[in-house]
Amino acid sequence: MGDVNTTQNIVTIAKDADLEYYGAARKKQQQLVAEFYAEKDDRPVVYLFVGGNPAEIFESLGFRVYMPEITALTTAIRHQSLQYILKAESIGYGLDVCGYVKTDIGLTHLSGGETDFGKIPKPDLLVCNLSGCSVYYKWWESLSEFYNVPLIMLDVPYHRFEKPQQEDKDYIITQLHEMIEKVEKQFDRTFDLSKLKKVMTLSRKAEEGWARSFYAAKNKPSPIDAYFESIFYMFPINSLRGTQAAADFYDLLNKELDERVKYGIGPVEEEKFRTVVEGVPPYPGYRSFWDMFRRWGAVSVAATYPKVGGMFDRSHILHDPEKPFESIAEYSMFSYCNLSWDFRRETIKNYLKDYNADTVVIHGIKSCRSFTAGQGDLRDYIINELGYPALYVESDHQDPRYWAEAQIRNRVDAFFEAQEHRK
Amino acid sequence: MTETEFYVSGVDVGSTTAKSVILDQDGKVIGKSLQDVSPRVSEDAETSFIKACADAGLDRSQIALVAGTGYGRLKVRFGQLVVTEISCHARGSQHLFPGTRTVLDIGGQDTKAIRLGANGDIIDFSMNDKCSAGTGRFLDVCAEAMGFTLDDLGPLSKNSKKAIKITSTCTVFAESEVSNQLARGRKSEDIVNGIHDSIAQRSLSLMRRVGIEQEITFTGGVSRNSGMVRSLEKILNSKINVSPLSQWFGAIGAALYAIDEVKKGTTPVFKPLEVKR
Repeated sequence: MGDVNTTQNIVTIAKDADLEYYGAARKKQQQLVAEFYAEKDDRPVVYLFVGGNPAEIFESLGFRVYMPEITALTTAIRHQSLQYILKAESIGYGLDVCGYVKTDIGLTHLSGGETDFGKIPKPDLLVCNLSGCSVYYKWWESLSEFYNVPLIMLDVPYHRFEKPQQEDKDYIITQLHEMIEKVEKQFDRTFDLSKLKKVMTLSRKAEEGWARSFYAAKNKPSPIDAYFESIFYMFPINSLRGTQAAADFYDLLNKELDERVKYGIGPVEEEKFRTVVEGVPPYPGYRSFWDMFRRWGAVSVAATYPKVGGMFDRSHILHDPEKPFESIAEYSMFSYCNLSWDFRRETIKNYLKDYNADTVVIHGIKSCRSFTAGQGDLRDYIINELGYPALYVESDHQDPRYWAEAQIRNRVDAFFEAQEHRK
Repeated sequence: MTETEFYVSGVDVGSTTAKSVILDQDGKVIGKSLQDVSPRVSEDAETSFIKACADAGLDRSQIALVAGTGYGRLKVRFGQLVVTEISCHARGSQHLFPGTRTVLDIGGQDTKAIRLGANGDIIDFSMNDKCSAGTGRFLDVCAEAMGFTLDDLGPLSKNSKKAIKITSTCTVFAESEVSNQLARGRKSEDIVNGIHDSIAQRSLSLMRRVGIEQEITFTGGVSRNSGMVRSLEKILNSKINVSPLSQWFGAIGAALYAIDEVKKGTTPVFKPLEVKR
């Protein structure tokens, strides 16, 4: 998702001079990340959370949207997160506090936001779009005190039903209108519905393109690793949603994937396992973790994490310029972390069937109980109820102190080895 | 040696000890070795293998195939095959106790529970998570705190009438708890009994995660401890399979995979780290 200065571990598809789009999406993604962090403008900065956020409203109101979660993981994948985590711990944040929180506070508040990929600006406004993570409140409250900037709470009801309930949508829509009113007053802005609709049209285009890239993995062999590779392609959908650049990016990605399908090439030389992956990735050990799968010819054909912003493969929750507030409300409820376990189990069950998968790997993280609690039961459900082999491994998405490579490799090797012996 | 006779070796390089076996073509153990590992893991692996050859009365050139397993499996560079210890303990257990459906392996720094299908397939496995509590190291630290060796613990705990409760969440905390209990005048045998119960409780939780099915086979270095066997049988309310060879089950499993390869006639070439499977 964040930029990395290497193409190592990115698809090892056969290099062929005839391939028009070889590595095009990856190159474009790196360019977009670099431009995003290098960009300087006078727009006020709003901090939002990734899951189910109302970025379109702020894009239309002329704000610059930043997501500290994305900044944090960008430092983790570059092996830079620990210094910031330790800084936050030095002022009293405990070992068990979420690594995103500590990286953000250590980086932005305690280090002035300077990174080797750009300067992270301080916020002018904090909007806590609460979607399944109870740490969000306290994190944003701390930032509000540190920076002395206004904080707006957006309370998104936890997902309880298959379809969004009208009363839940009404509750969110009322808050969105209140939020716009506050922002208009405090930042001397005028909300323009036509602008919002224009932004949402671009969001929709990007979302449909992003969803199409998921479906490409139904091919055999899959042209894409829907976990390790797709995670790199999450940056535009989350950080640039509502812009032409994001919409164009997914067009390019799909052209590249179409080409791979045409030539029957994928992320490994020979696809031996088709795996569904659940959970937040171990960014501090990202490349090593990916390598553990590639060595066994294991390709992720479906994954839940790329939908952490929203369930983009559910067409009814995509942004719809014809019903702007209602669709923003629906989108916000369907961020992955806000979903009930019934829904999450059903999603994985469907992925196994729809993507013709044979194995499930779950990666839990110490930092986030909201995401991870219940994954042990999920593993039991997959093994005992669905009859698929499932592996659970645990580390962290930010804190490299939890990344025990030898132990994790041992488990991954044993898991795929056992499946190979069963064949 | 006739054309159908051959010998293979399994070399299990764990976190604490290296175990090697020599098997004949029928899977019979004809030589074995056991030694501590040092930071020079590759050398230890080779020494362990050579000692097992000597024990079998064979020269290393007579070994058709060597399979490495354990944490140091990639350091068995003179071998041709590498298999994880989960597969190997499962295979070794079922070879010596064919009725095995659940394997509990407690080694130096790892505890694993493995559930097997009737045909020996691994259905599920679970391991301790980044912590040595409940492993051989836990016993080691506690024994040291009391001035005993590991071999003393089994016979000592036999005399215990009651078990003193010892925490199993952290090896370091358990050590201070043991010192505290000694200072309070508790009997050593009762403390040791409590340590065994504590490890058994932790192992039970791991085994429940994969589902416990009869028969249960106990492998790894800690299976040598008769006190541990008693505590496990008490907590499981069941007899468990233990063999004088239990510590070598991983190496035996590895050697059995080597036999498969020899019989297939396709000698695999193991390239460390770039291994293609």
